[in-house]
Amino acid sequence: MTPQQKILYLFEGLGAVLAVAWLAGWWLERKFSAAGPSAVIENLNARIRTWCVMVLLIALAFLGGEIGVILLFAFASFNALREFLTLIQTRRGDHWALLVGFFVVLPLQYYLIWIEWYGLYSVFIPVYAFLFLPIISAVRGETERYMERIAETQWGLMIAVFCVSHVPALLTLRIPGFDGGNLLLIAFLVLIVQASDVLQYVWGKLLGRHKVAPNLSPSKTWEGLIGGVLSATALGAAMWWITPFTPLQAGLIAFIINLMGFFGGLVMSAIKRDRGVKDWGHMIAGHGGMLDRLDSVIFAAPVFFHVTRYWWTP
Amino acid sequence: MTMPLASLGREIAGQLIVTFTRLITAPQSDWRAPPSPGQRIYFANHASHGDFVLIWSVLPAKFRRRTRPVAAADYWDRGWLRRLIGKGVLRAVLISRERVTRSNDPIETMASALDTGESLIVFPEGTRNLGSERLLPFKSGLYHLARARPRVELVPVWIANLNRVMPKGEFLPVPLLCTVRFGAPLSLREGEAKAEFLGRAQAALLDLAPREWHP
Repeated sequence: MTPQQKILYLFEGLGAVLAVAWLAGWWLERKFSAAGPSAVIENLNARIRTWCVMVLLIALAFLGGEIGVILLFAFASFNALREFLTLIQTRRGDHWALLVGFFVVLPLQYYLIWIEWYGLYSVFIPVYAFLFLPIISAVRGETERYMERIAETQWGLMIAVFCVSHVPALLTLRIPGFDGGNLLLIAFLVLIVQASDVLQYVWGKLLGRHKVAPNLSPSKTWEGLIGGVLSATALGAAMWWITPFTPLQAGLIAFIINLMGFFGGLVMSAIKRDRGVKDWGHMIAGHGGMLDRLDSVIFAAPVFFHVTRYWWTP
Repeated sequence: MTMPLASLGREIAGQLIVTFTRLITAPQSDWRAPPSPGQRIYFANHASHGDFVLIWSVLPAKFRRRTRPVAAADYWDRGWLRRLIGKGVLRAVLISRERVTRSNDPIETMASALDTGESLIVFPEGTRNLGSERLLPFKSGLYHLARARPRVELVPVWIANLNRVMPKGEFLPVPLLCTVRFGAPLSLREGEAKAEFLGRAQAALLDLAPREWHP
């Protein structure tokens, strides 16, 4: 089977799953419509509809090949960054630093991935943005809460640009015997981590009783966490045929990225709690903002990238 | 300006401004009380020259066509571009901030704009708030306007973040997200004193402001 055929099968499978979900949502709405509109079912159906749009967008990006995928994730980064920086308290003196973050650092990071310069894209934000953006803010001379402002801006760039860019960075890995299949690595990462989110939600709604972190998130339960991570790990093992991994390796890696995804959701919830908001934004109907949808991928992507790079590339 | 060509041009230019504003600020409008087609005076906090363009952009299109911002003549009546946008496209009611004289009474100007049945956007702080106070004390204009046209409802509007998108003295906007929050309408009570009314209006507006993280 060629990589192209595998991608085709994958999207056909996703289409079938979404069609079933759509029908199930429609059936639930009809069954419970006598009791009046239910917020849970409405939100579920909004999520399913949005999933269809997102899968369609990813499919279009895959059709566009490497440049399509890079542009898609650059767009995701841009929206994630504006959501993050909206919630921090920058001042007038940070204006240039913010402009550089949006219009220089972000495009440059994705350009470095496009030209596959690993030596620079892996340190560009942690080293060079880290050093130069505080210089720009310092030059403007405003010192009030300076430390918090530069630290939070850097954190935003790390989360929204550096970590997100590790998804398209998978395209730059050269794995022997896996030529032309790198889009499948992206498909595996995004599919497994997002499936874990969905399965944690489903298990939590069905069986959830005991909250994992009541201070951080009312919706994260032990039943959801265990059921979701284990079933998504099983899915990861079952999807080994789209990866360079054996079934056992695929399951193990799926387990690691599912845990990272769970903790990503937890960390991002802690920030939302700190800032007194429920969602990061409002661009994705039913889900909230871009960061609400991407939080798990953000924490899983760099780990998945480095595990694959360390053990599978020469 | 009633020629069809001019009104078509205004419609297109208005749509361009709305699209541009939405692209940069991705504004979320949050209506605490549902929007109503009736005549209203929207009164908002003021920190950026873009404030009324933002409010204007998030209003439903059919209300937007019936809503005019009240703006300072000394800023919006200078230069052909500002005049074109301010007077031509947004149909701003320009008032002079100089001393009130017989020929220059801003309350009279605003009241006669209301008499055509259209809604107004006003900034009762009187000037842009560039300091660290959340809200400057209201000028008395809002009270005098409410007394001159007591049947028109007053709607508080809190604009969050636009001053960070475009701080004073900068020319490139940072694409942060803005929120425009519309509160429940209020009106002047029978026999309500000036200080009492202005205090109530300020409190209603501050009530819409997001929680402060760094007091």
